[in-house]
Amino acid sequence: MRKPSPSSLALGLIPFIGMCFSVSLWDRVEPMIFGLPFNLFWLLAWIVISSLCLALANSIETRRNRE
Amino acid sequence: MTPAVVAMGLISLIVCVGTLVGLRAGVGRTKNLEEWSVAGRSLGVVFVWLLMAGELYTTFAFLGASGWAYSRGGPALYIMAYITLGYVISFFLLPYIWHLGQKYGLQTQSDFFEKRYNSKPLAIFTSLTGVLFLIPYLQIQLAGLGIIVQVCSFDQIPRNLSVLIAVCIIAGFVFAGGMRAVAWVSVVKDFLMIVAALTIGVYVPYHFFGGVSPLFHQLAAVHPGHLTMPGATKAMGHSWFISTVMLSACGFYMWPHTFGSAFTARSGETLRRNAIVTPLYTLSLAFILITGFAAVLLLPHLSNPDMSLLLLARNTFPAWFLGIIGGAGALTAMVPAAIIILTASTLFAKNVYRPLFAPRMTEEGIARLAKVMVLLLALVSFYLALHSSATLVALLLLGYAGVSQFFPAVVFGLFWPRVTTIGVTAGLVIGMLSVAVLMLSHRDPFHGVNAGFFSLLLNAFFTWLVSLLTPRRPNPLPLIS
Repeated sequence: MRKPSPSSLALGLIPFIGMCFSVSLWDRVEPMIFGLPFNLFWLLAWIVISSLCLALANSIETRRNRE
Repeated sequence: MTPAVVAMGLISLIVCVGTLVGLRAGVGRTKNLEEWSVAGRSLGVVFVWLLMAGELYTTFAFLGASGWAYSRGGPALYIMAYITLGYVISFFLLPYIWHLGQKYGLQTQSDFFEKRYNSKPLAIFTSLTGVLFLIPYLQIQLAGLGIIVQVCSFDQIPRNLSVLIAVCIIAGFVFAGGMRAVAWVSVVKDFLMIVAALTIGVYVPYHFFGGVSPLFHQLAAVHPGHLTMPGATKAMGHSWFISTVMLSACGFYMWPHTFGSAFTARSGETLRRNAIVTPLYTLSLAFILITGFAAVLLLPHLSNPDMSLLLLARNTFPAWFLGIIGGAGALTAMVPAAIIILTASTLFAKNVYRPLFAPRMTEEGIARLAKVMVLLLALVSFYLALHSSATLVALLLLGYAGVSQFFPAVVFGLFWPRVTTIGVTAGLVIGMLSVAVLMLSHRDPFHGVNAGFFSLLLNAFFTWLVSLLTPRRPNPLPLIS
């Protein structure tokens, strides 16, 4: 079994940037979106984006393992 | 009938039905160690998922998350970030762990350490520390159950008696049922839990504030700063957030029971799909956080913040619905507690006691010892639950600080052939000593950084350095052979 490919690792890094390292950029109350404070809304949105990143990484890994 | 009788009656009913559903599943099966501890390795994919979700959705998510939203404010958001990122890490780690498990017949976390580093003492050390760090996790569930009984009995059953009742229910359940019973109760629990979270999280803001938006506008006006970091705390700013999220995400699959669940999957692909889908489950945590934030305005000055969600439910809903919420919460504590007790007692009997004291012990002997350990663990955590005033989240952070120290040993073990046994041992010992010193001297957060994460960095650095200084050894578990 090969190590993960650089492109899927890069996709895995995106959620870390969005949800963790960039905290000082999005840790705000305003603007409220759907009635939620901005930071809570941001994290909810990123849960979905992370899931999409992993789905993309999964298709890359599956194609690679088949070759 | 008084409200207390109605609520407690319903909780007892839900716990009884849940337990019976579980026990029925085990009728007619032989009670050997393998059936009891891993359901004879015959659980299908759906049940493995349910067990994994059962491990994730604990009393901590239910009471602890709302408790932190109430008492700390913004820093509670770390919970949503770390669970999601923990799954991202699992996407890249678990398929490899599963692959090696299948190729070399590994069954537990300690098997992995023993085979990869060719060292029995290291395996015993990791099992023992693994069991040790599971204890705060177990304590969370007991304390949570105690809170549920206390609030739902309208304070007529005192806390100590509540926790004692909780211990008896859990120990009896594990004793009689085993892992198959636990998987079945998970089904009932997850359904009730989602219903309870949605109902409270939607109804409370609309009933008291006329919507989510007015709730947050009012909260931001009355308590400016509560909704962002450091919220109501002094030291939990952005560096705390980043380090705590990183630490907890690294530790997410390092618990003996979560690590071990990787071996039960059908394929590595299944684990990847699990990592894609399961984080979406955490979206429902938002409702629980909203409840905690609402409690700041509705129930100020609570002595125990972990009670905020249940007290709010008690003031808002009729007694029968409080009973349903309490019943959901009770199962949410029982399932993870049962999984933890089962894993820890089997780990202790099989990977610590047998290699050290009784190398010729039979499987039946281990099964008997494991059951004695169930009682012992229940008693220890009972004692701790009575004599500790730590909040649920503080307990979880303590466990994570310890268990995350396995992370370098696992990642280097998988992907860096140059890592040596001495290097890993040095890193582990330094990391754990650093956790112990910083935590016991109350220096967490350490200069604004989570003490566990600081220790993890030390650990990784020394694992790397000492490995390079010690002679190269062949890797007994290569990914490509």
